[in-house]
Amino acid sequence: MENLLAFIATRYIYIMTIILMMIGLYALIAKKNLVKKVIGLNIFQTAIFLFYISFSDVDGGTAPIFLPDGVSATYVNPIPHVLILTAIVVGLAITAVALAIVVGIYEEYQVTGEDGLQEVMKRQ
Amino acid sequence: MNAVISQLPPLLIVVPILGALLALLLGKWKRSFAYPITLAMIGFQFAVSLVLMESVMDGEVIHYYLGGWPPPLGIELVIDSFNSFVLVVILALALLTAVWAREGADLDIVPEKRVSFFVVFQLLVTGLCGMAVTGDLFNLYVFLEISSIAAYTLVAAGRNPRSLIAGFNYLILGSIAAGFIVLGIGYLYIATGTLNMGELAVMLPAHYGQATVYAAFLFMMIGFSIKVAFFPLHLWLPDAYTEAPAAVTILIATATSKVTAYAMLRVIFSVFTLQYVTESFPVTELVLIIAAVAIIAGAVLAIAQDNLKRMLAYSSISQMGYIMFALGVANQAALAGGILHIMAHAVMKGCLFMVAGMIIYRTGFTAIRQLSGLSRRMPVACAAFALAGASMIGIPPTIGFMSKYYLVLGAVEAGEYLAAAVLLAGSLLAAVYIWKVIEVMYFGDVHDEDLGGGLEAPVSMMVPVIILAASCLLLGIFVELPLEVVGPAAAMLLGGG
Amino acid sequence: MRENVVIRTVCRLFVPFIQLFALYVIVHGASGPGGGFQGGVIFATSFILLLIAFGLPCVRGRFGRSWIRAYAACGIIIFAGVGLTCILFSGNFLEYAAIETALGIPHLQTLMIDIVEAGIGITVMAVMTSIILDFVGKEEEEPL
Repeated sequence: MENLLAFIATRYIYIMTIILMMIGLYALIAKKNLVKKVIGLNIFQTAIFLFYISFSDVDGGTAPIFLPDGVSATYVNPIPHVLILTAIVVGLAITAVALAIVVGIYEEYQVTGEDGLQEVMKRQ
Repeated sequence: MNAVISQLPPLLIVVPILGALLALLLGKWKRSFAYPITLAMIGFQFAVSLVLMESVMDGEVIHYYLGGWPPPLGIELVIDSFNSFVLVVILALALLTAVWAREGADLDIVPEKRVSFFVVFQLLVTGLCGMAVTGDLFNLYVFLEISSIAAYTLVAAGRNPRSLIAGFNYLILGSIAAGFIVLGIGYLYIATGTLNMGELAVMLPAHYGQATVYAAFLFMMIGFSIKVAFFPLHLWLPDAYTEAPAAVTILIATATSKVTAYAMLRVIFSVFTLQYVTESFPVTELVLIIAAVAIIAGAVLAIAQDNLKRMLAYSSISQMGYIMFALGVANQAALAGGILHIMAHAVMKGCLFMVAGMIIYRTGFTAIRQLSGLSRRMPVACAAFALAGASMIGIPPTIGFMSKYYLVLGAVEAGEYLAAAVLLAGSLLAAVYIWKVIEVMYFGDVHDEDLGGGLEAPVSMMVPVIILAASCLLLGIFVELPLEVVGPAAAMLLGGG
Repeated sequence: MRENVVIRTVCRLFVPFIQLFALYVIVHGASGPGGGFQGGVIFATSFILLLIAFGLPCVRGRFGRSWIRAYAACGIIIFAGVGLTCILFSGNFLEYAAIETALGIPHLQTLMIDIVEAGIGITVMAVMTSIILDFVGKEEEEPL
């Protein structure tokens, strides 16, 4: 039991991130409304970004700004932050395209749910 | 001159982006300006890729440091024989597709959207080029997403309302795959602290036993398998290929799938070297079994289809199984066959999808049984289909036969006789679905008597088809020319370069 | 009615401060949290605030399709132009040190970083605004 508690105490970030990822995937798979699927995709991507940022943290590290006096200070790793900036932009573009497609589907079929879509496809 | 050549790799990506911008701005002013600029940009990229391939033919590798920062500080672009070969193949196909799309895009794209279509087309090709030349893992992910987002937009852009749903499916599955890939890259970064592919290959062997590297490998394999449509994860592909506009189907069936397969092979062989895949985490047997299932299942599903484009889509799934088969066997002959099959499948499938598009353009027929007697009305198109189909089956001396020959040779050398038998069975099944179409086209009664004679497609659509069909035959006869590049590329991959 | 006046007045007061903050975030990207993308998004939120408070015709009047296209193109041209200029000065792509050594102006490297971030910010602002305006203004079917 102590092992499990120690495990959770040190790695709670990873467990929370994985739970968030699973929530996002659940929303993506199980929800019938297309907009909710897109939100699930967003939650999934956000969980991945949180995971990246969480491992860039150094214990007791300060912001990675070049101070004139101390070069050898402990600073947080800035590279994952830069990677996540790019990944956020990618996620934004994907969300925009997905919502544009959903708006197109709504205009075409007047449904936004998957069950509505399946009915419409059967009728065609 | 050498100074210009050494600066060519970023120009391959930056100049077409500026060209796409120019096409967008000028196209909004006058609609007919967008297409010539796109064609000129893709032509420029093709010329640059030929120059780059010529400079790396003798085995030297071009390293280009963006911003002048050497790795691990900066992003680098690496061009070696495997890279440049894939680049030349996809840019040749993109150029021929662009020529085809001059009339072919009118089939599915309303004239108001024509400018945006060609701009996004250009961005897709540029994203694929960027994916092919980069030497940094996260840069690979960024370009993968650039090309994927452009592909999602293009697939959803057809006149048919079902293309919206196909595009949405493709988007959801592709984004999940990209999420897995970025997770895998994150795990590799945790383990080693660098993102450069060359440095990872050097630093990873010290970490081979760790669970982090296992997780990274699994995530990246699954992510790339979804993108490549490797058998159980292929479900987005039939709808996307069938419902997309014809020009888009040609481009994504030939270029996008090939570059993604290249990225998968590059990550597996150049980052996780061959030693990892065969000893520390032996997945080659599993990949071989799944590839064999993919070949058979894709071919069987293709036989059952009635829609021509959907049959070709399932055939693509089967053919991607061949390339993954090369991964599963992983010796020199099989890898050479796999890389050769990248080129062969691009040429063959490009020709087949172009003919399918031409048939829909001229006659509006999408089902195979409607094609009866078509050879009397569109003789050149059906002849090209027959030639490309023969190459698909693997009749000597076409290029399809050559690539399959090397794959079978590699399987036999590795002692996998059952797998070689599966390859031959795949060829037989391909013969069934190709012959089904050829029989209807050549030996069926003419479907509609009142459509008259001489209904060939316009010249700008015929020329790429003829070029591709001829290449199926000529590349097979003169197969030593591609093999000069492919052989050293396969050796370099196996050596962990 | 009364709420409308309150909302409109507050938004009219807020928008310049949001834009100023956005410019601050863009310029301080190199030495603090911030950069081109974040500043561009904050700049676009000022337009979204205008959209919520004053409605679509007001914002469309200020920010029509051709202007958005021009801004987006301008930002990318700045970025690619700086990169290609570095090639002209016999450096690699985006190697600002080459321009600095060639022209001899001190600290030009950091200035170039800020110029590139400004370009990114302009493009991001234009694209975010166009996304929102296109989703809201779906009734007017101007062909894209």
